[in-house]
Amino acid sequence: MQLSDFFTDYTLRTITLGTAILGAICGMLGSFAVLRKQSLLGDAISHAALPGIALAFIITGVKDRNLILIGALISGLVGAFWIKGIVKHTRLKSDTALGLILSLFFGFGMLLLTFIQKMPNANQAGLDKYLFGQAATLVEQDVWVMAVVTGVSLFVLLLFWKELKLLLFDADYTKTLGFNTQFLDILITSFIVIAIVLGLQTVGVVLMSAMLLAPAAAARQWTNNLAKMVALASMFGALSGVVGTGISASQSNLSTGPVIVLVAASFVMFSFVFAPNRGLLARAIRFRRNRKDLNLKKTLTFMHHIVRNHENISHPHSIRILNNFHGFTLKTLSVLEQRQFIRIEGDQWSMTEEGFTEATSIYDQLGQTDD
Amino acid sequence: MAPASTSNAIQVDDLTVAYDFKPVLWDIDLVIPEGVLMAIVGPNGAGKSTLIKSILGIIKPIAGSVKVFGRPYSEQVSKVAYVPQKGSVDWDFPTTALDVVMMGTYGSLGWIRRPGQKEKKRSLEALEKVGMLAFKNRQISQLSGGQQQRIFLARALVQDALIYLMDEPFQGVDATTERAIINILKELRKSGKTLIVVHHDLQTVPEYFDWVTFLNVKSIASGPVKDIFNDDNLTKTYGINYKVAVNK
Amino acid sequence: MTSAQIEIQLIASLVAIACALPGTFLVLRKMAMISDAISHSILPGIVLGFFITQDLNSPLLIVLAALTGVVTVMLVEFIQRTKLVKEDTAIGLVFPALFSIGVIMIAKNANDVHLDIDAVLLGELAFAPFDRLVAGGTDLGPKSLWVIGSILLISVSLLLLFFKELKLSTFDKGLAATLGFSPVILHYGLKTVSSVTIVGAFDAVGAVLVVALIIAPAASAYLLTDDLRKMLILSCCFGVFAAISGYWMANLLDASIAGSMSTMLGLLFLLVYLFAPNRGVISVLVRQRRQQLEVALLVFLLHLQNHEEPEERHVKHLQEHINWQKVQSERVLNLATNNNLIKITNGVIDLTGKGRQFTAEALNYITINKETAIEDLKEQFFLFRG
Repeated sequence: MQLSDFFTDYTLRTITLGTAILGAICGMLGSFAVLRKQSLLGDAISHAALPGIALAFIITGVKDRNLILIGALISGLVGAFWIKGIVKHTRLKSDTALGLILSLFFGFGMLLLTFIQKMPNANQAGLDKYLFGQAATLVEQDVWVMAVVTGVSLFVLLLFWKELKLLLFDADYTKTLGFNTQFLDILITSFIVIAIVLGLQTVGVVLMSAMLLAPAAAARQWTNNLAKMVALASMFGALSGVVGTGISASQSNLSTGPVIVLVAASFVMFSFVFAPNRGLLARAIRFRRNRKDLNLKKTLTFMHHIVRNHENISHPHSIRILNNFHGFTLKTLSVLEQRQFIRIEGDQWSMTEEGFTEATSIYDQLGQTDD
Repeated sequence: MAPASTSNAIQVDDLTVAYDFKPVLWDIDLVIPEGVLMAIVGPNGAGKSTLIKSILGIIKPIAGSVKVFGRPYSEQVSKVAYVPQKGSVDWDFPTTALDVVMMGTYGSLGWIRRPGQKEKKRSLEALEKVGMLAFKNRQISQLSGGQQQRIFLARALVQDALIYLMDEPFQGVDATTERAIINILKELRKSGKTLIVVHHDLQTVPEYFDWVTFLNVKSIASGPVKDIFNDDNLTKTYGINYKVAVNK
Repeated sequence: MTSAQIEIQLIASLVAIACALPGTFLVLRKMAMISDAISHSILPGIVLGFFITQDLNSPLLIVLAALTGVVTVMLVEFIQRTKLVKEDTAIGLVFPALFSIGVIMIAKNANDVHLDIDAVLLGELAFAPFDRLVAGGTDLGPKSLWVIGSILLISVSLLLLFFKELKLSTFDKGLAATLGFSPVILHYGLKTVSSVTIVGAFDAVGAVLVVALIIAPAASAYLLTDDLRKMLILSCCFGVFAAISGYWMANLLDASIAGSMSTMLGLLFLLVYLFAPNRGVISVLVRQRRQQLEVALLVFLLHLQNHEEPEERHVKHLQEHINWQKVQSERVLNLATNNNLIKITNGVIDLTGKGRQFTAEALNYITINKETAIEDLKEQFFLFRG
């Protein structure tokens, strides 16, 4: 396969478009899941969709994509509500409820799948594609469905943007302003479930949750603005979809799900390390700079201590008396001189007017935090 | 039962609230006149936050009713502003100080309509009032505890309400912020607003407030500070060792 | 029953017990989802080990894979400490990534490796009796029986040895630390045992279903008992029951054994969830309804005691003022009258002597915040419950 195939090959174009749209909707709605602290709920719902896929086939006897999507949707929702029921009505905590529904539904689904495999029904082949997803099975109609759903959810998201943002940040406050939080809650949860179900064919039930989380987690590192985060997450998602599909299509024997997830995971890793401000690298640099700054401040306040007992603050003192002070190095001394906080003549230093004001203000700040 | 009069900002009748059937508030009757600056005091677990949340309709009571200017809260939403406890939200949320303050305008905008220049101007003015204008574009996680509290206060100010309900606005803030907040509260009271504040520090009650409610699951006493803030009521609320609570 | 059938059931039962033991502690410590993370992320370790040893039951493979599990846990905890994302997001990011690496490793080497995706998800319990341990010409039984047997032996001895410490640190971390039991060591010890168990069980039941075996028996047991010992025994019983009944269901349907086992666990959990005495949904709802009415009754009695004026004590007041629906008020009034706590004259309600005494005592308990005592009080005073 060559790059130019993407633009000429009809099937490939369909598939690429499909995964791009899927990535975009996952990134968009995933941002909400992550900020609502519902990251693992997506995992449980996607696993819980499996019995629905199998049952839709067993009941109808045909392998119709849309019927299967509806089956997945129903069993995903049943799983989601059962989780809520377990947490609400029993002493079991949410992690146990998630793990229970995830594994029990999936186990039941696998039972049904292996049962179907033994059924004398020729067209059953291909249901196991839903485990890890196979983008190659996408056809134009699927892409249309995805595009319409993405369009609708984007529209609804924009329509209720203000209310959803408020709900994510402060649910109680939202209620006091007179908004119906239950409606908003159901709205956003249903869209997340729909996004999961849409992705099953491409990414599969086992790894679908990562598709929801990873773009959002990566995007969060680059911006402190919700709108930008959602836009960026959609972009990361779309990019993971396209790149992942490209790689898996160029190799034989490779399901799309794992490849897309790995591409998305590398976005996350890159963002964790290199994002400005929040990234680990930026943080390490800031930490070092702060420590240097702190040493500088310590030295200056120490000098201030010596100086303030004299009538003339610019009275020179020997550098040697600083030696027994902890944060002192010759380097800090020269930096202080550069900033014109002190003057150095021979082995004597003296404080400038600027230095004295600076030291006084540092002193005040420290005093305040001690309160 | 006091007659439902419009001169009462809030009237609570026979209010009982229970979490999982564990009673938190028992048969509370409370009348808060308009224009007072009131502290709600009581020991931990006395139901102070619960009382505020039930007034706001966040928590559904199992019995009793709340009236705001003589009508149910749901009809008076625009007249009431709420400052929740600082710890109740995720401060790592991707948004700026100005954005949070703008949220105060959402209620009057109603569904779907977006805030415009007018709302932005009001929000900036509120930020200025709490001394946070310089931080308007700051990501909220980069603010100190006191600054976060001021942002919350600004958000309530933007609501331009008649009644302000505040849940421990002085918790974890520095002395400067505490002074700044109390000055704003006193100013609001002067302009005729009603302020209800959950408060922990008994020592500052006489200095800050003119009205006080003692609460410990049941309503113990409510009235002007100068009349009822005394040993008798403190003992009833905090038990024999209330002095320990005062000194803490 | 053929000997292969017996062996399969034996292996399945041992796997179930081996999973139920750490599972009990994971559920109690609110770390259940960690088992999901471990079970997925050990896959690259298993595949790598398989490349080296060519044997799913080799001890080296088990050690290598278990190490991957422990590394995952540390990676998750590292990401959580950076505070870049929320805690649950950290789990949700790490395990799909590692699992994907494993799946791709298998797919890329499909021709050289006799490991396929179905085995990863479902295990190969049906084939377990055919891979036998032969020493000096004598057949010692299926290899996986030995593997899971040894793992079980280790975790049972650790459990017996550290039962007291585990119990204490699970229910009171602070106290355990002050008594000198390092919660950190127990924390990682538990995770290591879980990792090893999951690796051992992986071969039999696969990546996702091992999670079912870990969580479901413990969760079901937790709805039935408070006693840690009983909970451990119950989870093991549930596990064995699911193993054996699951095997026969799979036999009947000609479907996956692991899938059937978790389906049986699912049915079992559903039964317990609905019908468990005290903690099942039905009994919780019944109790809630009763509590609701009885709390309402108390409110009502307190109200009567607080107010002398007749208009506050009028029957109509219940609806108008306390804000109750008609049905609710009638139920409360009936309950109060049936228990001889009130008497109604001309629509005005008065507390009886008994009602007054009950209310005074209840009030006393409420102000000192001892709701449990009210239950005893109710037993003492009530002829009928709500």
